[in-house]
Order: sequence, then C-alpha cells, then structure tokens
Amino acid sequence: MSATASTHAATTHAGPHELGFMRTYIFSTDHKMIGRQFLLLGLFMMIIGGLLAMFVRWELAWPESPVPGMAWLWKDTGGVIDPPTYNMMFTMHATIMIFFVIMPVLAGGFGNFLIPLMIGARDMAFPFLNMLSFWVGAVAGVLMLAGFFVDGGHAAAGWTSYAPLSAVPDYTGVNWGQNLWCISLFVLGISSMMGAINYITTVINMRAPGMKMFRMPLVVWSLFITAILLLLALPVLTSAVAMLLFDRTLGTHWFLPSGGGEPLLWQHLFWFFGHPEVYILILPAMGIASEILPVFSRKPVFGYHAMAFSMIGIAFLSWVVYGHHMFVSGMNPALGMSFMITTMIIAVPSAIKTFNWLGTLWGGQIHFTVPMLNALAFVSMFVIGGLSGIFMASTPVDIFIQDTYFIVAHIHYVVFGGSIFGAFAAIYYWFPKIFGRMTNTLLGHLHFWPTFIFFNLTFFPMHIIGLAGHMRRIYNPMQYEFLVPLQHWNVLITISAFCLGLGQIPFVLNFCWSLVKGPKAPLNPWNANTLEWTAASPPPHLNWGPTLPTVYRGPYEYSSPEVSEDYLPQNRALGRAPAGRH
Amino acid sequence: MLSWWLPENVSTYGAEIDWLFELIYYITGVTFVLVAVAMITFLIRYRARPGGKAKFTHGNTTLEIVWTVVPALILVVLTFLSVPAWSRIKMHVPDSDVQIRVTAKQFNWEVTYPGPDGLFDTADDRTFDNEIHFPVGKPIVVHLRSKDVIHSLFVPSFRFKQDAVPGHDIPQWFEVTKPGKYEVPCAELCGFGHSGMRGWAYAHTPEDYAKWLAANVGAPAAAAAGQPAAGTKAPGKGKK
Repeated sequence: MSATASTHAATTHAGPHELGFMRTYIFSTDHKMIGRQFLLLGLFMMIIGGLLAMFVRWELAWPESPVPGMAWLWKDTGGVIDPPTYNMMFTMHATIMIFFVIMPVLAGGFGNFLIPLMIGARDMAFPFLNMLSFWVGAVAGVLMLAGFFVDGGHAAAGWTSYAPLSAVPDYTGVNWGQNLWCISLFVLGISSMMGAINYITTVINMRAPGMKMFRMPLVVWSLFITAILLLLALPVLTSAVAMLLFDRTLGTHWFLPSGGGEPLLWQHLFWFFGHPEVYILILPAMGIASEILPVFSRKPVFGYHAMAFSMIGIAFLSWVVYGHHMFVSGMNPALGMSFMITTMIIAVPSAIKTFNWLGTLWGGQIHFTVPMLNALAFVSMFVIGGLSGIFMASTPVDIFIQDTYFIVAHIHYVVFGGSIFGAFAAIYYWFPKIFGRMTNTLLGHLHFWPTFIFFNLTFFPMHIIGLAGHMRRIYNPMQYEFLVPLQHWNVLITISAFCLGLGQIPFVLNFCWSLVKGPKAPLNPWNANTLEWTAASPPPHLNWGPTLPTVYRGPYEYSSPEVSEDYLPQNRALGRAPAGRH
Repeated sequence: MLSWWLPENVSTYGAEIDWLFELIYYITGVTFVLVAVAMITFLIRYRARPGGKAKFTHGNTTLEIVWTVVPALILVVLTFLSVPAWSRIKMHVPDSDVQIRVTAKQFNWEVTYPGPDGLFDTADDRTFDNEIHFPVGKPIVVHLRSKDVIHSLFVPSFRFKQDAVPGHDIPQWFEVTKPGKYEVPCAELCGFGHSGMRGWAYAHTPEDYAKWLAANVGAPAAAAAGQPAAGTKAPGKGKK
C-alpha cells in the first residue's frame, strides 16, 4: 500500500491542464471526471424516466382520454395512449429508473467520485478500465434509447420481462424493442462488472496509510459491499437476458414450454439477480445517510460497527430471499416457507440501521441544511418502505397483495423515498467538492419540501388502493367494477405526481445555476472529518499534492473532547508534530 | 370515501389472511409511530443551539443487542404464525367433488367442467368463457393452466391468487361462504389486452348450483357411483 502511494507521489505533478480537452472531459481516466459523467448520464435519463411516469399517471387518472398536446405523436389515436404504448411506458419507466438512473448516479457517480477520495487514493486501481466502464455503460444507454424508435415500439413486458410474454414477439407485438432491451442490459452488465472489479480492488489495495477497514467511512463500506453484489449478481442477469435473446432470435427454448423449456426458470434467474439488485440500489443511499447524519448532528455515528456489520449481513442474506417475489408463481409452496423466514430475517439489519440513525440524532446539535433534510427524508421514507415489506414477507398476506398497487407503493418508498432521496442528499452534500461551487439553499428548500410532500401524496395512497385490490400494470381501472369507486384516488395520485414532477424544476435550476454561478466552495464547507474534504474543491488530477494524507482515527469524531472545535479530521495528528500537510 | 381496509372477505381461509394482515398492520403501525415520535422529538429537542455541544458517544452495546434481538424475535414469531395458513391454503388441496379447470389465454379465462363422467378431456366436458360457477359451503378445486403466457387468477374477495403457468397444471382451492357474483381479474401482465381480462365467479347456493349444473353441464352421474375408473383424473382430486 505504501509502495503504491509513493509511486503515485512521484507522478503527482500531472495536472488537468496538461491533458487535452478530450482526455480531460470525454475519454478521461480520472475517477472524478468519470464520476461526474455517470452522474450527468443518470440525471439526464431521470428526465426521460420521469416523463414516462407522467404519461402512465395521466392514463390511470383519465383513462383513454387524449393527453393534451400529444396528438402530434400519437396521430392514430388523436393523443390517446393505447394499451401497447402504455405497457411500453411503465416497462421503460422502471427499466430506465433502475438501470440508468439510480445505478449510474449512486454506484457509478458517487462510487467513482468518493471511493478514492475518501480512502486517500489518487485514483482507482484500474483507471483505463474505469473509463471503459463508463463508455460501455453509455453505449448501453444509447441502445436502450434506440428501442423507442424501432418498429413495434420498445419492450412492453414489464421491467421484469417475464417469459414467455417477453420470449415470443407475437405475444406482445414487440420485436426489436425487446431485443434491444436484452442487448442493452447485456452491455450494461459488462460495464457494471468492470466498475465492480475496480471498486473492490481499490478499496482492498489502495487505502492511505492508517486507513484500516474499520476506519473507512460507512459510505465507502456501502459502496464496497454494493460492488461485491454487482460483481456476483449482474452476471446472472447478463446470462438470463442472453438466454432470452436466444429464445427470441435463435429458436432456443430456455423459457418456452413448447420446446421443453421452463417459464419459471426466467423468474428464478431474474430474481436471483433482482433481489440483490434492490440492495444495490439502497445500500449506497444507506451509506450516504450514515455520512450526512453525523456531520449535521455534529456527533459520531451511533454504532459504527453495527452499521458496517448490518450491511455485511444484508449482503449475505440478499442471496437467499429472492423467492419472495415468487410466492404465487407456481413455485413449490414449500419453498415459500424457507423464503419467508429469510425475508423476515433480512428486515433485522435494516431495523438495526434505522435505530442507529436515530441514535446518531440523539443528543446531537442538529443543523437542518438541505443535504440533512434529504438524509432525514431518506431515513423516514425508508422506514415506511421497510415496514410495508413485512406484509409481503408473510406468505399468506402476500397472496392478496402480490401484483397490487401495495407492491408499487412499497417499491417506490424504497427506491424513491430511499435511493432517490439518498441521491439528492448526496448531490447537495458533495456538490461543493464535485464541482467546486456551493448550491443555492433557497432553491434547495424549494426543491426539497414539494418533493417530500408530493412524494408522500403520490405514493402513500397507493397502499390504500392496493389493499382494495387495485392491480398494478393495468391500463384502465374503469374496466373493473370493484375499482370504479377507487378512481378518485387515482386522480389524486396523478395530480400529486404531476406536482412531484414540477417540484424537480428548482433542482434543475439549482444544479445548472450553481454549476456556473454558484459561490466558490471552500475546502471543507461542512466542517467534516473525512479525507475528501482535505483535497481542493474540486480536487485536482491525482487528488492531493506530493504527500497523501495519513489517517489517525475513524471518520466520525465530531464534538470530541480532545479538541476545541466540534470536528476532528481523520488525517489530523494530535500530540505530535503535524505529519505531512496542514 | 373508501374504507381503508381490505375488500369484503367471503372465503373460509380469507379470515386467516385478514387476521395476519391486521396483526402485521398493528405491529408495523406501532413501530412506525414509535420511530416517528422518537425522530421528531430528537429533531426538535436536539436542534443546533449557539454554543451547544453534542454528546460524544460512539454507541451502546446493550442497546444494539436489544434492538437486534427484539425485532428478530417478533419477525420469527410472525413467520411461525404465518406457516399454518400458508400450509392450509397452498400446500394441501382438499378432496372435493367440484373440480374445475381454468385455462388462461390471451385474454380470457376458459372454464372447463368435467361433465357427468367426472373426467377431464372426455367428450362430455363443457367449457365456458370467463364464468366460473360453483356452490358455496364446500371446497372447490381449480386446476390452473395457461395456453400462452403467464396469467394470474385473482379473486380479491376470496383472498385467492395464483399464477397460471404454461406447461404446468397447478391445483388450487377455495371455499366460499356467501353466494354472489365476484370479479375475477388477471393480476399478471399478459400483453396488450391484460387490462380488461376479467371474468366472473358465481357462487351459488347448493340448490342453485345443482340446477345450473343440470341445465348447462349435465348432472354428475359418477357422484352416486363413487370414484370414476378411467379417463384423465384431475391431479388434485383425492389428494389429502
């Protein structure tokens, strides 16, 4: 480790000014630029995924009525969304949000930006592989977007793409859309694998002197565990989509009973990937909250080891719970019992984390900054998403709520209330370091409050209609007598969803304005302890000057009696001559 | 306004599901209130004050053990409370003289009665589109099949849901306590016509069912003579 550090120290003098525009901004091997690229890719895709959700909500509130101003696109129907288009929209909304928004922003963006800076490394272990990871991911994004323009429309079999619906073009009328969906996810799987190998190697080998594993910030722990899950889970999806593509184009019968195949095989493969995937989406946000709560409570994180070990526990358990997606699928019901107990048990580490977040707030000096508000929203919304999961874990109750809006409510509390609030918290918190400028606080509040309020007004009522039996993925609820009395809820949800969408405008304004005109960020605007705040804002190529920081303590020594200030950076030497810098 | 509760339950095992639902509802509700009250209290009580100093503590092992063990115990107990209902509903198909085959296809439920001989795949089978007739007060066995993609037979008021998977014959059962007409949507995305794929379940009194059967299918000849001897025996039939 120290050998690596000194080799790098010798090559420190290269700065961004010595590289051309292409090497600095486009084909950069700098982990920070790659992190920014992933972040911007994710935020751009979020606009598309969000707009798709708006169309879905329009259809559900006012079924089969023309969308204002959309007659130019859907000429045949005069602006009415038809059922195949509707199926395509919710399929692509979920696909884009999961694979091209949350994964690129949290794992790709913050993983790249934060890991080397927070462990005191100059870059990732394999910078060139890192660049490839982004560009292969970008190709996957282009392939995914291309599907909107092919004959027959984009994939319309749900983001879960259950075979045989997804495996035979005639069943959906979608041909190249579904093929491109498979190819894009295949390519994305390769991108994720390159990133995951890089993160794992970097965390294991490139920590600064003194940065023991149990001195790492919890966000680095979360990204490290996420990388391990990515490395092991994504290849399963990659193989499954290849098999699906072969069924569609080469005449194989992996999932088609007509040739001896088994439709449930797809579900086993998909959810064996899919459940670790849920934790891939939420773990980085848990790490982000664990970082931000101590900083703005001016207090050490409560139960650091419990926090780290509960994430390790989640990582192990996430492999043995996937069958809870399949309780009524026709899988042997005896298996349902095993998956029920593992699913119940995986709630325990989440509970431990929640109690420790509360413990962190207890006795603190809480500052309600914009990143803190988003982190608090993460904690409270994740609590609701976690608790609603217990209903589905109980197999008999799941018989009723499987495939209803209760599930839709649950997943949005976890991945929007959890992951997206985590992403917002991270963007507001690290923006000064990433782009060297402060964000606007007023716009931050104008973004946070409408988002928090309309998020709840959009997704909480989904629990209620779900319990009344409202199925997910239906085009027109008015076709069912028992759903007609619920329709006012759909209207309320849709209006709230539109307000939620409009609530993102202050975020876009804030992001763009701050990027160009925001006040220059100081080195350490939040008085935080972790190493990234000891580098310049934004950090130069290779992050630090000739000497790497040396780490003397854990990352959360806030309000320590050893010093007069309420923070004690990881690299400050006490009781002897300051080592290295400072 | 709609009731904030589940739809009316008319099946025998539905009450067990609803009881578990309510139990989880109260456990999670109390947990949520406690967490929310603690959080809001801390946010108000420990808001930053000029000159204030935060407590310098890294945790508490006793607390960690308590809040690991207590949730784990509650969840394990919940699991064991869920086992009997699951076992009764999904793992044991009772004996019944009403055997119905439901074959799902894009975008209909084909409902087949074995006819007077009590056997499927014989000449006297009768098939109806999107109508399931059966008597109340006894277990009804439904054999689920699919001709094309995966569908899911969902009857909210029966607390019944089961996917129909091509290549599988999945025996399931329910027993309804109240005569009436109940909506049967498809709950699994099955293509562009998924929305609107819907049938009706007609729960008759035993007398009405006998009349309907005689008029539309033919009275079961084998019922008095005991077990049938040949033909495709329904896989779930006679299984205890």
